[in-house]
Amino acid sequence: MSQFAINVLFVGASFALYIGIAIWAKAGSTKDFYVAGGGVHPVTNGMAIGADWMSAASFISMAGLIAAGGYANSTFLMGWTGGYVLLAMLLAPYLRKFGKFTVPEFIGDRFYSKTARMVAVVCLIVASVTYVIGQMAGAGVAFSRFLEVDATTGLIIAAVVVFFYSVLGGMKGITYTQVAQYIVLIIAYTIPAIFISLELTGNPLPALGLFSDHSASGEPLLAKLNEVVTALGFNAYTAMVDNQLNMVLFTLSLMIGTAGLPHVIMRFFTVPKVADARWSAGWALVFIGLLYLTAPAVASMARLNLMTTIYPDMAGQVENYEEAATNPIAYENRPEWIRTWEETGLITFEDKNNDGNIQFFNPSADFAERGWQGNELEVNNDILVLANPEIANLPGWVIGLIAAGGLAAALSTAAGLLLAISSAISHDLIKGAINPGISEKGELLAARISMSVAIVVATYLGANPPGFAAQVVALAFGIAAASLFPVLMMGIFSKKVNNKGAISGMLAGLIFTLVYIFVYKGWFFIPGTNNLPDTPDNWVLGISPLSIGAVGAMINFAVAFTVSKASEAPPQEIQDLVESVRYPKGAGGAIDH
Amino acid sequence: MAEDKSNAEAYWKANVRLITGCLIVWALVSYGFAILLRPLLSGIPVGGTDLGFWFAQQGSILTFIGLIFFYAWKMNRLDKQFGLGE
Repeated sequence: MSQFAINVLFVGASFALYIGIAIWAKAGSTKDFYVAGGGVHPVTNGMAIGADWMSAASFISMAGLIAAGGYANSTFLMGWTGGYVLLAMLLAPYLRKFGKFTVPEFIGDRFYSKTARMVAVVCLIVASVTYVIGQMAGAGVAFSRFLEVDATTGLIIAAVVVFFYSVLGGMKGITYTQVAQYIVLIIAYTIPAIFISLELTGNPLPALGLFSDHSASGEPLLAKLNEVVTALGFNAYTAMVDNQLNMVLFTLSLMIGTAGLPHVIMRFFTVPKVADARWSAGWALVFIGLLYLTAPAVASMARLNLMTTIYPDMAGQVENYEEAATNPIAYENRPEWIRTWEETGLITFEDKNNDGNIQFFNPSADFAERGWQGNELEVNNDILVLANPEIANLPGWVIGLIAAGGLAAALSTAAGLLLAISSAISHDLIKGAINPGISEKGELLAARISMSVAIVVATYLGANPPGFAAQVVALAFGIAAASLFPVLMMGIFSKKVNNKGAISGMLAGLIFTLVYIFVYKGWFFIPGTNNLPDTPDNWVLGISPLSIGAVGAMINFAVAFTVSKASEAPPQEIQDLVESVRYPKGAGGAIDH
Repeated sequence: MAEDKSNAEAYWKANVRLITGCLIVWALVSYGFAILLRPLLSGIPVGGTDLGFWFAQQGSILTFIGLIFFYAWKMNRLDKQFGLGE
């Protein structure tokens, strides 16, 4: 069977499964549509959260980022998992107890303000739309690479499948497809990792292989990798970072951003009890951890494999790394996987010194004494995971599995985001503001229509990504960290913060964060409109625009407390509401409002 | 009623105390061991690198998982103890 046929088989089978689940889990009420009927088991929910959370970025890009940055990019590993601790302790159980359908609804009720609710709706939509474009585009890339259709056609196929199960089933359909998608993606991620770990270190567990000895050289894997990359002018893989303040703030922004993202928080509304919300956060992190503990191993092993493919002299025991690093392979002898990826444009080669060999090294290093006139090979970070099975010479079915896994990761996250967007429109905007008297049936129809519109818009933007689509980390996490997380936390942990405090806090955090990002990345991300170059020496105290969300959150807290102190305390019934969300007692019925 | 109120307050205080403790550990393993204290721990070797690197890429995540389950378990006991569970 050809590789193409295998890929079609794997992807087709997984899609048939999702559609089958959609037909089985059709939503009959708004409660089904928004919170899957409220009866999801915590382990099931944990698994669904895992798929909801792990996007094309986690599955495809993260290992590549870590491979390129080494220790410095550990921020993604800690940032995208540490947020679950905050969710489990500071938000999820109380928001579940509150027992409504959406995040803006809590903000509107707790701060007795339609304005607060609408600010939350806007934040939610901007963050989620930015996020969903990346998922759709990721699905398009996976399709074009593995199924030999162009990216736009791939995107449309993906959109039709998502349409089917999310419009029909809402949260109920999404929950059970996400469980299936989690299983597909975790198998697809770990199988090649296990093979590669065995091959390189003899240890079947990648997380342990990472700290084991490299079989071919007998040196510890990471020590070997350090030698190889430094001989080519790169920073040592495990090197410490210079600016620890920025690393701390970046990690913190990712953590509180994770905790404040509405499509993740919403999943906690689907469990029957408050205690289940806590347990499902734990299970979610177990399922996420399986991938996140494997990713750093994939990263370092793929980087080493890539380097030793180009410089075979460095593969085994090496006397002199400086010397071994002068002898790359000839371009015409490049392996098959480099040829296939060249076709996608994600690997490019330019023979700068016309010697027919592939000089691959740190572009900012100077190796003129070796007769090298610049780095000749550009490898896009995103291909590492997708090309992993080919680099390690794994059988064709593993490649088919990776294709299905990448699509599962992109589609499951896209569906969660689309649900967050459509429920904000039908429940917060239409029922909450425009037409409060809408019937349950009318609202369910409105939810389905807004979901359909959201899919069409996301598909269009996925095919024609606007400039801001590449700024998911800055925009989605920045907004969630600076505006949504603090106001949710204060709504639970303080009885004193009032409507004025919450609104001014949210706006202050949001505006500060956006302005700081725009100054370096361009106003509204229009190229050329930035006021300062986006480089570390221009950043205030070396704080990158990606790390600023944490500072925005602190500003949000400070402004909200100051303004609340200067104005009247919230009315008694609001203080009673805060009391009631703090205690699990009586949560069972709360969701049927 | 007054008794209910003081019971509820004691429950909430116990919860906040527990959260504070958990978050100290949360910050210590990630911002502490993995970043700020890494140079201090650089003498402890772990498989070709140092303890701080292990915490940055493995240890912090494992600790996070442990913390959430510990918190969930402890809160279930508090819910029962104060009679505020479901």
